[in-house]
Amino acid sequence: MLELAAVQGVSTEEQNVDHSPLAIRGLTVSYGQKPAVFSVDMTVQPGAMTAIIGPNGAGKSTILKAALGIVSPLSGQVMVYGQPLDDQRARIAYVPQRASVDWDFPTRVIDVVLMGLSRQLGLLGRVRARHKARAMDCLNRVGMREFADRQIGQLSGGQQQRVFLARALAQDADLYLLDEPFAGVDAATEKAIIAVLKSLKEAGKTVVVVHHDLATVTDYFDHVFLINTRKVAEGPVAQAFTVETLQAAYGGRLATAQIDQISRALG
Amino acid sequence: MLWEALTLQLGYNATLVAIGATLLGVSAGVTGTFLFLRKRALVSDAISHATLPGVCLAFMVLVAFGGDGRNLIGLLAGSAMSAWIGLLCMNWLTRHTRLAEDAAIGAVLSVFFGFGIVLLTVIQTMGVGRQAGLEGFLLGSTAGMLWADALVIAIGGAATLVLVMIIRRPMTMVAFDPEFAAARGLPVHRIDLAMMGLVMAVTVVGLKIVGLILIVALLIIPPVTARFWTDRSDRVVLIAGLAGGLAGYLGAALSALAPNLPTGPIIVLVSFGFFALSLLLAPVRGVLAAVLRHLRFQRRVHIRQGLLALAQGQKIYEPLTIRLLRRAGAVRADGVATEAGKSRAAKALRDEKRWEIVRADQAHEATAALYNGLRDIETVLTQDQIAEIDRRIGGPQEVTP
Repeated sequence: MLELAAVQGVSTEEQNVDHSPLAIRGLTVSYGQKPAVFSVDMTVQPGAMTAIIGPNGAGKSTILKAALGIVSPLSGQVMVYGQPLDDQRARIAYVPQRASVDWDFPTRVIDVVLMGLSRQLGLLGRVRARHKARAMDCLNRVGMREFADRQIGQLSGGQQQRVFLARALAQDADLYLLDEPFAGVDAATEKAIIAVLKSLKEAGKTVVVVHHDLATVTDYFDHVFLINTRKVAEGPVAQAFTVETLQAAYGGRLATAQIDQISRALG
Repeated sequence: MLWEALTLQLGYNATLVAIGATLLGVSAGVTGTFLFLRKRALVSDAISHATLPGVCLAFMVLVAFGGDGRNLIGLLAGSAMSAWIGLLCMNWLTRHTRLAEDAAIGAVLSVFFGFGIVLLTVIQTMGVGRQAGLEGFLLGSTAGMLWADALVIAIGGAATLVLVMIIRRPMTMVAFDPEFAAARGLPVHRIDLAMMGLVMAVTVVGLKIVGLILIVALLIIPPVTARFWTDRSDRVVLIAGLAGGLAGYLGAALSALAPNLPTGPIIVLVSFGFFALSLLLAPVRGVLAAVLRHLRFQRRVHIRQGLLALAQGQKIYEPLTIRLLRRAGAVRADGVATEAGKSRAAKALRDEKRWEIVRADQAHEATAALYNGLRDIETVLTQDQIAEIDRRIGGPQEVTP
């Protein structure tokens, strides 16, 4: 009897991993001797919008980078749609932090978006009209169509962020991972981005966002994943995003005023 | 004489050198562009200095086996090997220690070059007699260039160029956004290594003409020059190839004008000439254009502010503003606005109001990004759009006393 329960337990776990767009098990990543992420499990729900939340230096971005193989973990496993990452890369789109690139790089907005089509273009393939049309379509979705021929250095921070999002859209992926897309952008951009993300969700895609603004979590997301080096909580917003879990994740770093505000928002 | 030099009529050797230098210039300019875009220009300096021990060791081996010791292919193979080892050392230091790349470059460059110089001295005391050729690899020596040497340069340069063209897209992606490239599954480290391997190939091929100390100039100056003329990476590549090739050709031709003029350094000087011209004269990024733009902008700001002040009946104090307004015929010598000035002032004030609406409206975002406080609104909006905005502002209203 006991054995049977154990077997059943394993099979639901396996099912979870198989069905999840992104399942992470026992992930530890360390820069030097101090772990940025320690023994973390994460199971992203398909077709949902998930926020990764936690204080500065809690390992939010590191989880995404490890999930994408940008940093190599000390230990742990990453499964994408139940398979190893390298077999499923074409199904993932990534929007890095805006500050991670040099915006004086000699390239135009449309060229950046075309980078999202690099798989279709291959090594030597010419950029054809249909590729351009696809890139323009993605720019249109983020309201940046008219900027296609501008040099990227001429863009404002919010516009840069939208170009990055357009590049991810061009990949036509099933799983979208975004690292702080709302950091330092104007209100108009935030609106435009959230509209695009919601349309992705409606199209059945899965969206995971590293997010820092606690005030908007309940409006934007279905699921949250709270982390402070270790996992603090994971689940639907209503259950996992509570004053208790936030205090556990942020410790004393969360001002009382903020907590009050959030508990009011949570009703 | 100059004409003959430029049309390659100064003899067999001069012609060989000019052709070799042109090909080298093109491939160095094109390859160097990716190094420049990746912000690792100085890596090429370490690579080139790391060739010296290889050249010396290859010479020793060749002599030990009873060879001539001046077989170019043998020496270049040796230089490539030690440059590759230097490259791997540098890569290892940057990736596995806390040393930053600049420190790793310094360490590899000085140690390998020092070791090479020691080997050069050892070779001199070996008394083989014909070691003199080796110093030529420091600054290049074209005097005794053979057909076979030119062929090596031509084939090496062309092969490098073809390889660069094949992996240009991944190299550009890695240079712009390495994290995104990695997320797409590109092998970032291997692409970087391939890029540096190509730089190494150019360096090795160029040893004979410009030498290991100056090859860095051929790799870096052309892309920096090209960057002044364009905002697109594919064009930077083209222009850098062009500038490098032209510098190689002109430099080689000029150095043939008089005996004992060193080819490599003159190529570098010509290349620098292109850079200096671009720095001064390039239309957007050039220094002169920037100064002119600033002055023009300042004048327009003054006129605009002056007009707005006139429209609102404020007194203008700034002498430059008054001078500019007078020159534009907007005010009389005594500072009173002319009829033309009054109408321009009213238009400026109205435009300000229109801009306010445009900038507050998300639908006009692309237009709003063009706002700089000066632009005439009819240069960015159609008459219909302006009319629509004017409707929102409302017509002229009676001022209640």
